Amino acid sequence: MSSLQPGGSLGPVEYVVRRSDLVRYAGASGDFNPIHWSQRVATEVGLPGVIAHGMYTLALAGRAAAEWAGGPHRIVELGSRFTKPVVVPDDETGVVVEVAGAVRETDHDGRLRIDLTVTCGNQKVLGMARAVVTRDG
Amino acid sequence: MPLAPDLAGREFAPTPPLDVSRSQIAAFADAIGADDPVHHDVGAAHAAGHLDVIAPPTYPMVVAFRAMSAFMADPDVGIELRNVVHSEQRFEIRRPIRAGDVLTATIGVDGVRQAAGTALISTRSTVRTVDGDVVCVAYATLAHRAPEGAES
Repeated sequence: MSSLQPGGSLGPVEYVVRRSDLVRYAGASGDFNPIHWSQRVATEVGLPGVIAHGMYTLALAGRAAAEWAGGPHRIVELGSRFTKPVVVPDDETGVVVEVAGAVRETDHDGRLRIDLTVTCGNQKVLGMARAVVTRDG
Repeated sequence: MPLAPDLAGREFAPTPPLDVSRSQIAAFADAIGADDPVHHDVGAAHAAGHLDVIAPPTYPMVVAFRAMSAFMADPDVGIELRNVVHSEQRFEIRRPIRAGDVLTATIGVDGVRQAAGTALISTRSTVRTVDGDVVCVAYATLAHRAPEGAES
Protein backbone atom coordinates (compact mmCIF):
# COMPACT_ATOMS: atom_id res chain seq x y z
CA MET A 1 0.00 0.00 0.00
CA SER A 2 3.05 2.26 0.11
CA SER A 3 2.30 3.64 -3.35
CA LEU A 4 -1.17 4.92 -2.32
CA GLN A 5 0.10 8.47 -2.19
CA PRO A 6 0.03 11.27 -4.73
CA GLY A 7 2.27 10.45 -7.66
CA GLY A 8 2.31 6.75 -6.81
CA SER A 9 1.58 4.05 -9.33
CA LEU A 10 -0.38 0.91 -8.55
CA GLY A 11 -0.41 -2.50 -10.19
CA PRO A 12 -0.87 -3.60 -12.84
CA VAL A 13 -3.05 -6.50 -11.80
CA GLU A 14 -4.49 -9.05 -14.20
CA TYR A 15 -7.95 -10.58 -14.09
CA VAL A 16 -9.04 -13.49 -16.27
CA VAL A 17 -12.58 -13.21 -17.64
CA ARG A 18 -14.30 -16.36 -18.90
CA ARG A 19 -17.71 -16.86 -20.45
CA SER A 20 -18.89 -18.54 -17.23
CA ASP A 21 -18.05 -15.34 -15.29
CA LEU A 22 -20.40 -13.38 -17.54
CA VAL A 23 -23.19 -15.89 -16.96
CA ARG A 24 -22.65 -15.64 -13.21
CA TYR A 25 -22.58 -11.86 -13.42
CA ALA A 26 -25.80 -11.84 -15.46
CA GLY A 27 -27.50 -13.84 -12.72
CA ALA A 28 -26.07 -11.79 -9.87
CA SER A 29 -26.76 -8.41 -11.46
CA GLY A 30 -30.05 -9.09 -13.25
CA ASP A 31 -28.62 -7.91 -16.59
CA PHE A 32 -29.56 -10.71 -18.97
CA ASN A 33 -28.83 -8.89 -22.23
CA PRO A 34 -27.98 -11.84 -24.55
CA ILE A 35 -24.98 -10.05 -26.13
CA HIS A 36 -23.22 -11.04 -22.89
CA TRP A 37 -23.83 -14.78 -23.28
CA SER A 38 -25.18 -15.68 -26.74
CA GLN A 39 -22.76 -15.84 -29.67
CA ARG A 40 -25.73 -15.88 -32.05
CA VAL A 41 -27.26 -12.66 -30.74
CA ALA A 42 -23.88 -10.94 -30.36
CA THR A 43 -22.93 -11.57 -33.99
CA GLU A 44 -26.44 -10.72 -35.22
CA VAL A 45 -26.05 -7.21 -33.80
CA GLY A 46 -22.63 -6.83 -35.42
CA LEU A 47 -20.32 -7.57 -32.49
CA PRO A 48 -17.20 -9.68 -33.03
CA GLY A 49 -18.48 -12.10 -30.37
CA VAL A 50 -19.91 -12.24 -26.87
CA ILE A 51 -18.74 -9.19 -24.91
CA ALA A 52 -18.40 -8.57 -21.20
CA HIS A 53 -20.93 -6.26 -19.54
CA GLY A 54 -19.32 -2.82 -19.34
CA MET A 55 -20.31 -2.97 -15.70
CA TYR A 56 -18.36 -6.21 -15.32
CA THR A 57 -15.18 -4.50 -16.52
CA LEU A 58 -15.87 -1.50 -14.29
CA ALA A 59 -16.42 -3.89 -11.38
CA LEU A 60 -12.93 -5.34 -11.99
CA ALA A 61 -11.51 -1.81 -11.93
CA GLY A 62 -13.36 -1.26 -8.65
CA ARG A 63 -11.95 -4.50 -7.28
CA ALA A 64 -8.40 -3.34 -8.01
CA ALA A 65 -9.10 0.09 -6.51
CA ALA A 66 -10.58 -1.51 -3.38
CA GLU A 67 -7.50 -3.67 -2.91
CA TRP A 68 -5.18 -0.71 -3.31
CA ALA A 69 -7.25 1.57 -1.08
CA GLY A 70 -7.43 -0.90 1.81
CA GLY A 71 -10.99 -2.10 1.36
CA PRO A 72 -14.11 -1.62 -0.76
CA HIS A 73 -15.63 0.76 1.83
CA ARG A 74 -12.92 3.31 1.04
CA ILE A 75 -14.31 3.93 -2.47
CA VAL A 76 -16.53 7.01 -2.55
CA GLU A 77 -16.62 7.52 -6.31
CA LEU A 78 -16.11 5.16 -9.23
CA GLY A 79 -16.83 5.59 -12.90
CA SER A 80 -15.77 5.34 -16.51
CA ARG A 81 -16.80 5.53 -20.12
CA PHE A 82 -17.29 2.24 -21.91
CA THR A 83 -15.08 2.80 -24.93
CA LYS A 84 -14.18 -0.65 -26.35
CA PRO A 85 -15.87 -3.99 -25.83
CA VAL A 86 -14.06 -6.86 -24.08
CA VAL A 87 -14.66 -9.89 -26.29
CA VAL A 88 -14.80 -13.06 -24.21
CA PRO A 89 -14.15 -16.32 -26.09
CA ASP A 90 -16.05 -19.54 -25.43
CA ASP A 91 -13.08 -21.50 -24.09
CA GLU A 92 -11.32 -22.33 -20.83
CA THR A 93 -8.62 -19.70 -21.30
CA GLY A 94 -10.84 -16.62 -21.39
CA VAL A 95 -9.34 -13.18 -21.82
CA VAL A 96 -7.13 -11.06 -19.57
CA VAL A 97 -8.16 -7.59 -18.37
CA GLU A 98 -5.34 -5.56 -16.86
CA VAL A 99 -5.85 -2.71 -14.38
CA ALA A 100 -3.19 -0.16 -13.41
CA GLY A 101 -3.57 2.95 -11.28
CA ALA A 102 -1.96 6.35 -10.90
CA VAL A 103 -2.61 8.26 -7.68
CA ARG A 104 -3.50 11.96 -7.74
CA GLU A 105 -4.32 14.60 -5.15
CA THR A 106 -7.84 15.92 -4.84
CA ASP A 107 -9.13 19.23 -3.45
CA HIS A 108 -10.58 17.24 -0.58
CA ASP A 109 -7.99 16.66 2.15
CA GLY A 110 -8.86 13.13 3.13
CA ARG A 111 -9.35 11.84 -0.41
CA LEU A 112 -7.18 10.62 -3.27
CA ARG A 113 -8.07 10.00 -6.89
CA ILE A 114 -6.87 6.87 -8.63
CA ASP A 115 -6.76 7.23 -12.41
CA LEU A 116 -7.31 3.72 -13.72
CA THR A 117 -5.93 2.34 -16.96
CA VAL A 118 -7.96 -0.68 -17.94
CA THR A 119 -6.75 -2.64 -20.96
CA CYS A 120 -7.45 -5.87 -22.79
CA GLY A 121 -4.84 -7.03 -25.30
CA ASN A 122 -3.06 -3.66 -25.05
CA GLN A 123 -6.23 -1.77 -25.96
CA LYS A 124 -7.87 0.60 -23.51
CA VAL A 125 -11.39 -0.67 -22.86
CA LEU A 126 -12.54 1.96 -20.35
CA GLY A 127 -12.15 5.71 -20.83
CA MET A 128 -11.66 8.24 -18.04
CA ALA A 129 -11.81 5.45 -15.49
CA ARG A 130 -11.23 6.74 -11.99
CA ALA A 131 -11.92 6.03 -8.38
CA VAL A 132 -11.95 8.51 -5.52
CA VAL A 133 -10.95 6.89 -2.24
CA THR A 134 -10.74 7.98 1.38
CA ARG A 135 -7.45 7.60 3.18
CA ASP A 136 -8.99 6.67 6.52
CA GLY A 137 -12.20 5.24 7.82
CA MET B 1 -40.70 6.34 -32.48
CA PRO B 2 -38.81 9.51 -31.56
CA LEU B 3 -37.45 10.34 -28.13
CA ALA B 4 -39.87 12.31 -26.00
CA PRO B 5 -38.96 16.00 -26.45
CA ASP B 6 -39.54 16.84 -22.79
CA LEU B 7 -37.27 14.20 -21.24
CA ALA B 8 -34.82 16.59 -19.59
CA GLY B 9 -35.79 17.30 -16.02
CA ARG B 10 -38.27 14.45 -15.76
CA GLU B 11 -38.32 12.13 -12.71
CA PHE B 12 -39.81 8.66 -12.72
CA ALA B 13 -41.44 6.54 -10.03
CA PRO B 14 -39.17 4.61 -7.64
CA THR B 15 -38.55 0.91 -8.26
CA PRO B 16 -40.20 -1.66 -5.97
CA PRO B 17 -38.10 -2.28 -2.83
CA LEU B 18 -35.23 -4.76 -3.19
CA ASP B 19 -34.21 -6.74 -0.09
CA VAL B 20 -30.44 -7.10 -0.11
CA SER B 21 -29.37 -10.44 1.35
CA ARG B 22 -26.00 -11.82 2.40
CA SER B 23 -26.23 -14.50 -0.26
CA GLN B 24 -26.95 -11.93 -3.00
CA ILE B 25 -23.94 -9.90 -1.96
CA ALA B 26 -21.77 -13.02 -1.91
CA ALA B 27 -23.04 -14.10 -5.35
CA PHE B 28 -22.31 -10.67 -6.82
CA ALA B 29 -18.84 -10.60 -5.24
CA ASP B 30 -18.15 -14.14 -6.50
CA ALA B 31 -19.16 -13.17 -10.03
CA ILE B 32 -16.53 -10.42 -10.14
CA GLY B 33 -13.97 -12.46 -8.19
CA ALA B 34 -14.02 -10.12 -5.19
CA ASP B 35 -12.80 -12.39 -2.40
CA ASP B 36 -12.42 -9.76 0.34
CA PRO B 37 -14.02 -11.44 3.39
CA VAL B 38 -16.08 -8.30 4.14
CA HIS B 39 -18.32 -9.44 1.23
CA HIS B 40 -18.61 -13.02 2.44
CA ASP B 41 -18.20 -13.34 6.18
CA VAL B 42 -20.26 -11.49 8.80
CA GLY B 43 -17.54 -11.88 11.42
CA ALA B 44 -14.95 -10.33 9.11
CA ALA B 45 -17.39 -7.53 8.25
CA HIS B 46 -17.99 -6.81 11.95
CA ALA B 47 -14.26 -6.89 12.65
CA ALA B 48 -13.80 -4.26 9.91
CA GLY B 49 -16.42 -2.05 11.57
CA HIS B 50 -19.39 -2.82 9.31
CA LEU B 51 -22.88 -3.67 10.56
CA ASP B 52 -23.12 -6.65 8.19
CA VAL B 53 -21.43 -7.93 5.02
CA ILE B 54 -20.98 -5.07 2.55
CA ALA B 55 -21.42 -5.10 -1.21
CA PRO B 56 -18.74 -4.24 -3.80
CA PRO B 57 -18.79 -0.61 -4.99
CA THR B 58 -20.62 -1.33 -8.27
CA TYR B 59 -23.42 -3.27 -6.56
CA PRO B 60 -25.73 -0.20 -6.56
CA MET B 61 -26.10 -0.95 -10.28
CA VAL B 62 -28.27 -3.93 -9.38
CA VAL B 63 -30.87 -1.49 -8.06
CA ALA B 64 -30.19 1.31 -10.57
CA PHE B 65 -30.44 -1.18 -13.46
CA ARG B 66 -34.06 -1.87 -12.52
CA ALA B 67 -34.87 1.82 -12.75
CA MET B 68 -32.94 2.15 -16.02
CA SER B 69 -34.69 -0.88 -17.54
CA ALA B 70 -38.12 0.45 -16.63
CA PHE B 71 -37.16 3.86 -18.02
CA MET B 72 -35.94 2.38 -21.31
CA ALA B 73 -39.05 0.23 -21.65
CA ASP B 74 -41.42 3.15 -20.95
CA PRO B 75 -43.30 3.89 -24.20
CA ASP B 76 -43.60 7.57 -23.19
CA VAL B 77 -39.80 7.88 -23.21
CA GLY B 78 -39.45 6.68 -26.80
CA ILE B 79 -36.22 4.72 -26.53
CA GLU B 80 -35.71 1.81 -28.92
CA LEU B 81 -33.75 -0.77 -27.00
CA ARG B 82 -31.79 -1.98 -30.02
CA ASN B 83 -30.56 1.57 -30.61
CA VAL B 84 -29.33 2.29 -27.12
CA VAL B 85 -25.85 1.78 -25.67
CA HIS B 86 -24.76 2.34 -22.08
CA SER B 87 -21.84 4.64 -22.75
CA GLU B 88 -20.80 5.96 -19.36
CA GLN B 89 -21.38 5.15 -15.69
CA ARG B 90 -20.34 6.86 -12.50
CA PHE B 91 -21.21 6.16 -8.86
CA GLU B 92 -21.15 8.58 -5.96
CA ILE B 93 -21.15 6.29 -2.96
CA ARG B 94 -22.42 7.66 0.36
CA ARG B 95 -21.96 4.38 2.22
CA PRO B 96 -21.47 0.74 1.23
CA ILE B 97 -24.67 -1.22 0.66
CA ARG B 98 -24.97 -3.97 3.26
CA ALA B 99 -27.07 -7.06 3.87
CA GLY B 100 -30.41 -6.08 5.36
CA ASP B 101 -30.76 -2.91 3.30
CA VAL B 102 -34.09 -2.52 1.54
CA LEU B 103 -33.46 -0.30 -1.48
CA THR B 104 -35.29 1.55 -4.20
CA ALA B 105 -33.92 3.54 -7.13
CA THR B 106 -35.48 6.65 -8.60
CA ILE B 107 -34.32 7.65 -12.06
CA GLY B 108 -34.39 11.17 -13.44
CA VAL B 109 -33.08 12.75 -16.63
CA ASP B 110 -30.50 15.50 -16.08
CA GLY B 111 -30.23 16.42 -19.74
CA VAL B 112 -30.22 15.32 -23.38
CA ARG B 113 -27.51 16.36 -25.85
CA GLN B 114 -27.52 15.69 -29.57
CA ALA B 115 -24.25 14.63 -31.19
CA ALA B 116 -24.05 13.40 -34.81
CA GLY B 117 -27.41 11.66 -34.92
CA THR B 118 -27.06 10.29 -31.41
CA ALA B 119 -28.91 11.54 -28.37
CA LEU B 120 -26.79 11.39 -25.22
CA ILE B 121 -29.23 10.99 -22.34
CA SER B 122 -27.76 11.80 -18.92
CA THR B 123 -29.62 9.92 -16.22
CA ARG B 124 -29.27 9.97 -12.46
CA SER B 125 -30.56 7.08 -10.38
CA THR B 126 -30.75 7.78 -6.67
CA VAL B 127 -30.53 4.63 -4.59
CA ARG B 128 -32.18 4.99 -1.18
CA THR B 129 -33.14 2.80 1.70
CA VAL B 130 -36.87 2.62 2.32
CA ASP B 131 -36.16 4.91 5.30
CA GLY B 132 -35.04 7.57 2.85
CA ASP B 133 -31.27 7.45 3.37
CA VAL B 134 -29.39 7.93 0.11
CA VAL B 135 -26.68 5.27 -0.21
CA CYS B 136 -25.56 5.99 -3.78
CA VAL B 137 -26.23 8.21 -6.76
CA ALA B 138 -25.58 6.36 -10.03
CA TYR B 139 -25.10 8.53 -13.11
CA ALA B 140 -25.52 6.74 -16.45
CA THR B 141 -25.19 8.14 -19.95
CA LEU B 142 -27.26 6.32 -22.54
CA ALA B 143 -26.35 6.87 -26.19
CA HIS B 144 -29.47 6.54 -28.32
CA ARG B 145 -28.96 6.38 -32.09
CA ALA B 146 -31.62 8.13 -34.09
CA PRO B 147 -33.93 5.47 -35.55
CA GLU B 148 -35.41 5.33 -39.09
CA GLY B 149 -32.72 5.33 -41.69
CA ALA B 150 -30.33 7.60 -39.82
CA GLU B 151 -27.28 5.40 -40.41
CA SER B 152 -24.49 5.82 -37.93
